[in-house]
Amino acid sequence: MASAPNKSHASSDNRFNWEDPFLLEDLLSEEERLIRDTARDYAQDKLLPRVNQAFMDEETDRGIFSEMGSLGLLGVTIPESYGGAEASYVSYGLVAREVERVDSGYRSMMSVQSSLVMFPIHAFGTEAVRKKFLPKLATGEMVGCFGLTEPDAGSDPGSMKTRAEKIDGGYRLSGSKMWISNAPIADVFVVWAKSEAHGGQIRGFVLEKGMKGLSAPKIGGKLSLRASITGEVVMDGVEVPEENLFPEVSGLRGPFECLNRARYGISWGVMGAAEDCLRRARSYALDRKQFNKPLAQTQLVQKKLADMETEITLGLHGSLRVGRLLDEGRMAPEMISLVKRNNCGKALDIARAARDIHGGNGIQIEYHVMRHAMNLETVNTYEGTHDVHALILGRAITGLQAFM
Amino acid sequence: MKILVPVKRVIDYNVKVRVKPDGSGVDLSNVKMSMNPFDEIAVEEALRLKEKGAAEEVVVVSVGPQQAQETLRTALAMGADRAILVKVDGVVEPLAVAKILKGVADEEQPGLVIAGKQAIDDDCNQTGQMLAALLGWGQGTFASKVEVGSGTVDVKREVDGGLQTVKLKMPAVVTTDLRLNEPRYASLPNIMKAKKKPLDEKSAGDYGVDVTPRLEVVKTAEPAGRKAGVKVADVAELVSKLKNEAGVL
Repeated sequence: MASAPNKSHASSDNRFNWEDPFLLEDLLSEEERLIRDTARDYAQDKLLPRVNQAFMDEETDRGIFSEMGSLGLLGVTIPESYGGAEASYVSYGLVAREVERVDSGYRSMMSVQSSLVMFPIHAFGTEAVRKKFLPKLATGEMVGCFGLTEPDAGSDPGSMKTRAEKIDGGYRLSGSKMWISNAPIADVFVVWAKSEAHGGQIRGFVLEKGMKGLSAPKIGGKLSLRASITGEVVMDGVEVPEENLFPEVSGLRGPFECLNRARYGISWGVMGAAEDCLRRARSYALDRKQFNKPLAQTQLVQKKLADMETEITLGLHGSLRVGRLLDEGRMAPEMISLVKRNNCGKALDIARAARDIHGGNGIQIEYHVMRHAMNLETVNTYEGTHDVHALILGRAITGLQAFM
Repeated sequence: MKILVPVKRVIDYNVKVRVKPDGSGVDLSNVKMSMNPFDEIAVEEALRLKEKGAAEEVVVVSVGPQQAQETLRTALAMGADRAILVKVDGVVEPLAVAKILKGVADEEQPGLVIAGKQAIDDDCNQTGQMLAALLGWGQGTFASKVEVGSGTVDVKREVDGGLQTVKLKMPAVVTTDLRLNEPRYASLPNIMKAKKKPLDEKSAGDYGVDVTPRLEVVKTAEPAGRKAGVKVADVAELVSKLKNEAGVL
C-alpha cells in the first residue's frame, strides 16, 4: 500500500510519519525488510529483556553468539559457502541498527565477529584458514576478536610495538593489545603485528585460544558497554603456523579495510540507539505532566525532539546511501568517516538530551536512555574517534594531512 | 501429505491503529504491515508437522494485494516450500476468501488446511469455518495441540471453561489459537533461499470467485479513551466501591 498512487490523497493530505519521516522503508528491498524484521524481532524479544541485568552486573552472555549465529546474524555479507548469509551491506547495516536499538554492547559483539574477524579471514586469509574458522564463526560456535590497538598505539596504530619474528614453519609474536572486544571469551584472534621478515611492515595473523603464551585478561571497571566483555591480548612469544598469516595484505590497509566495514555498521547501529532514545523521550514527555501539562507541550522539549528527529532522519539516509555505494563497489573510505563521525556524535547528543528530558528518572537503568548515553561515549571514541575522522575528512577536503 | 496454510497481510500488531478522518476505515498509508500472528502460528505448526515426517510439503497461499507477496516470502523464509498469491485489491470478505481457498484446495488436494483462527485486523474468525463447510470437511478450531494420526487428526481445542479434544477424519481444516506454538524467526540464510522458491500468481477469476463485498461498512470509530482512575483511602473504601460502583463483589 505504501507506494501505490492514490488519487484521493492529494499531496497536502499525506500524513507525516515521525517514526520514518522520509519513508526509508520504501527504499529497502523485500529481502532487506525481511532481514530487518528478523533482527528486530530477535533483538526485542530476546535481547531487550536481559540487557539491564547484564549491564548492571557487567556480565557478557556467551550464548548470544550462538543465538545470533543460528539466525545468520553473524557474517551477514560472507558467502554462503563459508556459512554466511551472503546478503547486502545495507542488510548488515539494518541488522546493526536493530541490535543497537537494544544495546551498543550487543552490537559491538556482533560487529567485531562479522566485520573485524570474519571479513578479514574471508578477504585476506588462506583457503585453509577460511575453511577452518568461517563456518564456526558464522554459527557462533567460535567467538572472534580483533587486536590492533595497543596501550601506546590508539589513534596512531602505525606506532604499534607488537612484533612477529620469523621462525621455522611460521612466526613468533610478542606484544600486547588493549581494549579488545570479546577477547576474554574469544577462540580466534585476528592480530596485527610488525613483521621483521616483511621489512617491518604490519601484517595480520590468526591466533587460536590455547596457543602457548597467549592470554586475554578481562578489563573490568568500564562505565560503558558493560554487557560486552573487553580484554587485553597478551602475546608472550606465541608461535603461529605459516598458513595463519594473511599472505596478501600488508601495511595499515589490512586493518583499515576491516575497520571501514565495522565503522559503516556502527553508523547504522548508533542511529538505532538514537531512535530508541527519541521514542522513549517522546513517550516520557507525553506521559509526564508538570505545571499541569505534558512536558511534550513545552517549547524546550519540542525543540529537543525536533533536533533528534532531524539528525536521526538525515543520519539514517546518509548511511543508507553509503551502504548502497558499498554494495555497488563505489565506496571511498572518507564516506564512511563522514557517517561514522556524524552519526556517533549526533547519537551521543541525542542520548544525552533524552536523558535530560527524563529528568531525575533518567538516571535509572529502567529508563534505558542513560545506558545508551554511557555506551555511546565508547562508540563515539572507538574505531576512529570523532576528531580523528575529522582529520580524515580534512585531509580529503584540503589535500593536506594534519595528523602530525 | 500436503499442508495448505493461508496467510494474511495485516497491519503490524505493534502499530497504533488510526481511523481515517471520514470514518470509512483504518489508515493504511505508510503503516508497517506483517503476517497475521495467528497465521504465523499456522505456518509454524505446518513446518513442525513436516519436520516430524507427518507431511511432505507445505504450501502457503495469500489472498490480497501485490504486497502480500512479502508476507508469502516471510512464510517461505520460515521454511514453507512454495507459495500462491491470489491477487485481489481492496477489501475481500471472509466468504470470498473461503471460496478462493476452496478453489486452491480443490487444485492442491491437501490433507490438512491449517489457518489462523482469525485475522487481527477485522477479527472476523469466519474463514476457516466457512472453508470447512464449503469443502465438506471436518473442522477443529482454536487448536492448542494438533496430533496427526493415520488418516485422522486429533485437535485439542481451547473452549470456554477448558480444553476439548476432537478427532477429525482427514482431509480437515484446523484453525490455530495463540498457545499452539511459538513461531520461529526466519533466519538470514533462509530469507536468501526464499527468493528462489516458487511463488505463483493467480487471480480470483482463476477460481471463478466474485469478490464483490456483500457487507457495507457503516462507520469505523476509535475505542473510547479510558477514564482516569481514583485513589482510595483504605481497604474499606475499595471494597465499598467494588460492591456498589463496579458491582463485581
